[in-house]
Amino acid sequence: MASDLSRRSFLGRSVALGCSAAASPLVTPVTLASAPWDARLVVIILRGAMDGLDVVQPYGDPAMGGLRKRLPVGEAAGAHDLDGFYALHPALGDLMPLWRAGELGFAHAVSTPYRDKRSHFDGQDLLEAGTGFAPGAPLAREGWLNRMLQVVPGIEAETAFAIGRETMRVLEGPAPVSSWWPEARFELTPQTRRLLEMVSHDDPLFRDALGQAAEISESFDLEAPGEAEEEAMSPAMRAGPGKAHLQVAEFAAGRLRRDTRIAAFSISGWDTHGNQARTLKRPLAQLSETILTLRAGLGGDWRRTAVIAMTEFGRTARENGTGGTDHGTAGAMLLAGGALKGGRVWADWPGLGEGELYQGRDLMPTADVRAYAAAAMQGLFGLDRRVLETAVFPGLDMGGIGRLIL
Amino acid sequence: MRHDPTLAAIRFGTGLGPGLAPPASAAALLAELSGPDRMAARFALPAYDEAIARRQALTGLRRARRDAGAEAERLAAAGAIKALRREARAGYMAGLRANLARAVAAEFGFRERLTQFWADHFTVGRRVSILNEAVSSYVDEAIRPNLAGDFATLLKAAVTHVAMLLYLQQAGSAGPNSRFGRKHPDRGLNENLAREVLELHTLGVEADYSQSDVRQLAELFTGLSFRNGEGFQFRPGFVEPGAETVLGRRYEGGLADIRAVLDDLAHHPATARHLARKLATHFVSDAPDPALVDHIAAAYSSSGGNLSATYAALLEHPSAWAAERRKARQPFDFVAAALRALGVPGAEVAALSPRQTRGLLLAPLALMGQPWQRPDGPDGLPEEAAAWITPQGMAARIQWAMRAPQALTGALPDPRGFVETALGGGASETLVFAAGAAATRAEGIGLVLASPEFQRR
Repeated sequence: MASDLSRRSFLGRSVALGCSAAASPLVTPVTLASAPWDARLVVIILRGAMDGLDVVQPYGDPAMGGLRKRLPVGEAAGAHDLDGFYALHPALGDLMPLWRAGELGFAHAVSTPYRDKRSHFDGQDLLEAGTGFAPGAPLAREGWLNRMLQVVPGIEAETAFAIGRETMRVLEGPAPVSSWWPEARFELTPQTRRLLEMVSHDDPLFRDALGQAAEISESFDLEAPGEAEEEAMSPAMRAGPGKAHLQVAEFAAGRLRRDTRIAAFSISGWDTHGNQARTLKRPLAQLSETILTLRAGLGGDWRRTAVIAMTEFGRTARENGTGGTDHGTAGAMLLAGGALKGGRVWADWPGLGEGELYQGRDLMPTADVRAYAAAAMQGLFGLDRRVLETAVFPGLDMGGIGRLIL
Repeated sequence: MRHDPTLAAIRFGTGLGPGLAPPASAAALLAELSGPDRMAARFALPAYDEAIARRQALTGLRRARRDAGAEAERLAAAGAIKALRREARAGYMAGLRANLARAVAAEFGFRERLTQFWADHFTVGRRVSILNEAVSSYVDEAIRPNLAGDFATLLKAAVTHVAMLLYLQQAGSAGPNSRFGRKHPDRGLNENLAREVLELHTLGVEADYSQSDVRQLAELFTGLSFRNGEGFQFRPGFVEPGAETVLGRRYEGGLADIRAVLDDLAHHPATARHLARKLATHFVSDAPDPALVDHIAAAYSSSGGNLSATYAALLEHPSAWAAERRKARQPFDFVAAALRALGVPGAEVAALSPRQTRGLLLAPLALMGQPWQRPDGPDGLPEEAAAWITPQGMAARIQWAMRAPQALTGALPDPRGFVETALGGGASETLVFAAGAAATRAEGIGLVLASPEFQRR
């Protein structure tokens, strides 16, 4: 990512950003000309393998109850009925108004083509690469969001933002992207900054990281005073430790209201091998708060936004011996946003009965999770299906996925 | 091939410092390992058992709080729980300070680098409160004494340590047909440790093993457990009856066979390749020369998995001494090398206050992307330079480089002398110029530390 930026495109961007913000310091700069579209996409990687069967509970499936004793499902266990067959985990209850407004939906029994070894790390790498699933294939260095950006003209570095302390492989690649962590600070005198640029000049990795850090923190300084005050009072600032996800969501919303059109970050903590009834609550609360913070922060842009949250694989259909679940295959994907044609669970439900499980242990995948990501991008950005099936997700078949975006 | 002492100190040690002679040969680096562990003795840490006792006390106090008749009793128990947590947290911070002090004061620091490497290979993160804060004690007991001997010994020590059994949830895993499992049909196997032993600790994910091997190893591991207040316990009642087959070999079960399967995994050719690649990647290059990896793997196999012989192979290969420094120092190593270059005495690092520890070490390390002993998962830290040198990571490193040295040293050295000390006389003309052109001492020091030349190894 950073290392692929040329110095020239970098300086050019600094100037453009400075001008657009400076021209109208008291209003949110809306510079449609600099972004290829008006729609916004937020991609959340749920690291650790979310248990789709507990989050979007198929309580109408007669086999479900028998698989889990310490992990009860359905309305009797406090879950929220969605459509008579599926129920939403109680910890996502705050999202029910979105469901009723058609701003929330789920794809179920989905997975990537990754099979059988059930390694988190390979599973996540492949989920973010979006290609290279053949056994023994080398891992692609580019993420699928970056490949998508490569086919669109007029991309600027701030069009796509990776937010977090860790790298987001889904955005890595030759197309310019930005990355930041909202807690980071960057304060140098102009003289020291010049000297640091000088000593970093011959090392592209350091040079570009330095340049981006300077540019991003400068763009904060240009924010209108009223807005800065408002941000100082934000829930994330008041909430303190343990609420970093709110800072991330607020930062993402802030960027998306300006020139950024794609934001990617992750939420971890889904690897619930033990006492899942307790341990799943925290990441679910974070996911719920993240979506609500995005919705609040995006204001009028929420109606142009789709959020997709995807995980490397699902978990075992049966609970394990320690009140949790082990690594499985198919799971669920969450979609949200004002642009979503939601209020439904998309699934070709495979069943959970005898002979219906994958390898006798996991939910059987009946659709490719990448097809939903592709359909969302098709609807948001008007991308051609052929481009999505060849350049972005080589070899993907999007057939059978209906319209996801209004 | 001529030995380059400066490169040896930067690439394989914890860096250069005033009055510290860099390693005169590869043999000198290895001699640091075969000698006594002076740093562990000088900056000692409490035994893990202390944390186990604290955890037991917590259980008692929680019960007391629950059963308290009077409000005063409840408040007393709640207060004692708070104090226990504070104590544990103080231990966590002392662990960071001791590890840094060792890196700063070590002769060369090869042992310190290997300690961090293997602690990452056998990552333990948060799982059980109080015990979460004692990861440094686990590393001192399971990793540090075993990093120059046979890998099999290191593997067995790390995998069967209570910290690992709890982190990867082995302690509660019971065979479905064990005595315990039959009585408690809702309890059973947990595959977590078995999977990570194969994928991360030994064979590597590219090796030829299957879900059935994972499952069988999980069954074989049943019995490895923990008892509150006592620590490690083998529970025969958890053991899945019957033999297990892992990678085509049959094991009858029980503690002796658990050791046997770990021995067999340690001696597997896939493990040799996996460890060789990891060592070469960590110390030399994110894309290591295949000949270097082969050379290390061959030494590992022919020595029966002896780690000193393995390191010797790494250090004798010409590719390990390529002049271009392609790796980026990880945040802990960056901070340690900076303190060493600044000449901050180890004893002063060890004596930093809790407030200084938080503000000058813990918070900055987290911002740089390495929250101390709080890994994202059992696969530990990324290796690629690009994963660390991000805009946000770079901002955090610059911020620390410009401010922390002032707070950590009585008087900052002259940047013009410092640039020579920190880079062993190998600094570029540009960096020497910049160090002298800075407006203040603090900025001059900060420029040297924030430069790619200092951060590359």
